[in-house]
Amino acid sequence: MKPLAPIRVDLQLIADMIEPGSRVLDVGCADGTLLDYLVQFKQVDGRGIELSSEGVNACVSSGLSVIQGDADTDLFDFPDCAFDYVVLSQTLQAMRAPRKTLDQLLRIGGHAIVSMPNFAHWRLRWRLLTRGRMPVSDALPYPWYDSPNIHLCTIRDFVALCGELDARIERGLFLDQTGTPRRLGSVLTLANLLGEQAVFLLCRNGR
Amino acid sequence: MISHAGFRQPGYGQPFVLPGHRAVLGTEQPLRLDSGTELSAFPIAWQSYGTLNEDRSNAVLICHALTGDQFVADERHPVTGKPGWWRSIVGPGKLIDTDRWFVLCANVLGGCMGSAGPSEINPSTLEPWGLAFPIVTIADMVRAQAMLLDHLGIDRLFAVIGGSMGGMQALEWASLYPERVFAAVPIATAAQHSAQNIAFHEVGRQAVMADPDWHEGEYWRFGKKPVAGLAVARMAAHITYLSEAKLHEKFGRRLQDRENIKYGFDAEFQVESYLRHQGQSFVERFDANSYLFITRAMDYFDMAARHGGVLANAFRHTPVRFCVLSFTSDWLYPTVESRRVVHALNAVAANVSFAEIVSNNGHDAFLLDEPDFHSVLAGFLAGAAQHHGLLPVCNGQARPR
Repeated sequence: MKPLAPIRVDLQLIADMIEPGSRVLDVGCADGTLLDYLVQFKQVDGRGIELSSEGVNACVSSGLSVIQGDADTDLFDFPDCAFDYVVLSQTLQAMRAPRKTLDQLLRIGGHAIVSMPNFAHWRLRWRLLTRGRMPVSDALPYPWYDSPNIHLCTIRDFVALCGELDARIERGLFLDQTGTPRRLGSVLTLANLLGEQAVFLLCRNGR
Repeated sequence: MISHAGFRQPGYGQPFVLPGHRAVLGTEQPLRLDSGTELSAFPIAWQSYGTLNEDRSNAVLICHALTGDQFVADERHPVTGKPGWWRSIVGPGKLIDTDRWFVLCANVLGGCMGSAGPSEINPSTLEPWGLAFPIVTIADMVRAQAMLLDHLGIDRLFAVIGGSMGGMQALEWASLYPERVFAAVPIATAAQHSAQNIAFHEVGRQAVMADPDWHEGEYWRFGKKPVAGLAVARMAAHITYLSEAKLHEKFGRRLQDRENIKYGFDAEFQVESYLRHQGQSFVERFDANSYLFITRAMDYFDMAARHGGVLANAFRHTPVRFCVLSFTSDWLYPTVESRRVVHALNAVAANVSFAEIVSNNGHDAFLLDEPDFHSVLAGFLAGAAQHHGLLPVCNGQARPR
């Protein structure tokens, strides 16, 4: 077994939401850091989908069950409730059809876990207000013309979309700029202003 | 106990003693072929590397491609004298480690390296089968291999691995005998043979049949072999195993042993010379009738058709761990074919890995030195071995490792 190495704080928050021994699909699993952690320390039956062949090769080479595929098209094949958790970390904003993707996550997973950057963070608002240009930050480091993030949203936007898709937010956390996680309250104003990113545990109402 | 005696192949096939083993199967219960014909007391020739462990749990079956054979990792192939076709990755300490796994490979049904096929003696007529040999399918080949495993007392394979037609067999193994396969690795393959691939095969078969030395498949009566036709078939097929980029890189428009073109029909270009050589060396080791039968088996391959037109139904509730691999420049079995398999496996929530390996070696990439392919395959096998050790066996006892 590999030694315990710390993983990114948002990945740790996601991992903490997952019950040991469950079935997990990590959509956009990159080099498999989260999957590897979950397989080793939570004994999950883990699968992944990743677009880049470098990521896929790294994952499969280390023994993870990962397929090369596009989350925009390849989620439709899975049967309903094929997994206990479907994870989408820092990827929703890069999807061509985020609403459809979220709908698929809620269909194929008993729970969906989504982490996302918050475009309403005060620092981004301030830069847009004072400079009048698309903000660039540590969380969103790309210039507008070269960004994979084609569907950015705010915490408030995301919560509204969950309502439209009949999804219940079981847990919500936001990370401030120091990386400290805080509970998302019922009033979103503060979270939407202070959160650099947010993590949601969702499930479809009635499940 | 497994005998290590070589055997002499009867019929008009290879005229010398082949190494490895040969089992006569179907003596008690014949093999019922998809065509409806029954085959009893038929030989299957096979080769093995490594040692079967005490609980017979370390067997890895490798399935060979159209013109491959059971001599996967021999130092010297008994006919060609060249190293076995997968010797680069199968052997002691290698990717498929024969210090750990008992690796076996059987010559397919319909083949010409000692298994029942058109060049073998038909026991009811005591002369070679020729075209009287029954048409076989990929599933028939797999059923014969399962009978071989029964014969060897191996209940369950750790893995079944194959490229091209070998990949078809790996898929068929997982579908027909899911409880007998822990992991399946179909490489550069498809769940059905495409119209284009059937078309290429038909060109090859017609080339054989157009050769006057073919004699309606009874060439042995005339002391002949349809070498010209079979060589043309091989040349055409060989082009499909490469890629435009690879051909360009390897030959370009370079001339063969000359400074300038000579305005004639000699092999002026290097690529012509290369293909002629491929054709010539192929006819020395392969039987023309076998080529007809095996290409036909591939043409008939369509897993979805047997399952109500839904490929996923071939794998419902499968416990098998899959690793599907394709290569970017393979236009014979392009990635879209592998993706179709992956989508079907996703539809039944199977445990599947899938990687498309970047390579310009075309379909042949699975036989060549492809570091990414090898690291992915090694990683998958290592991961599967870990799970194999953790999972209980059928009788409920945990298997220590």
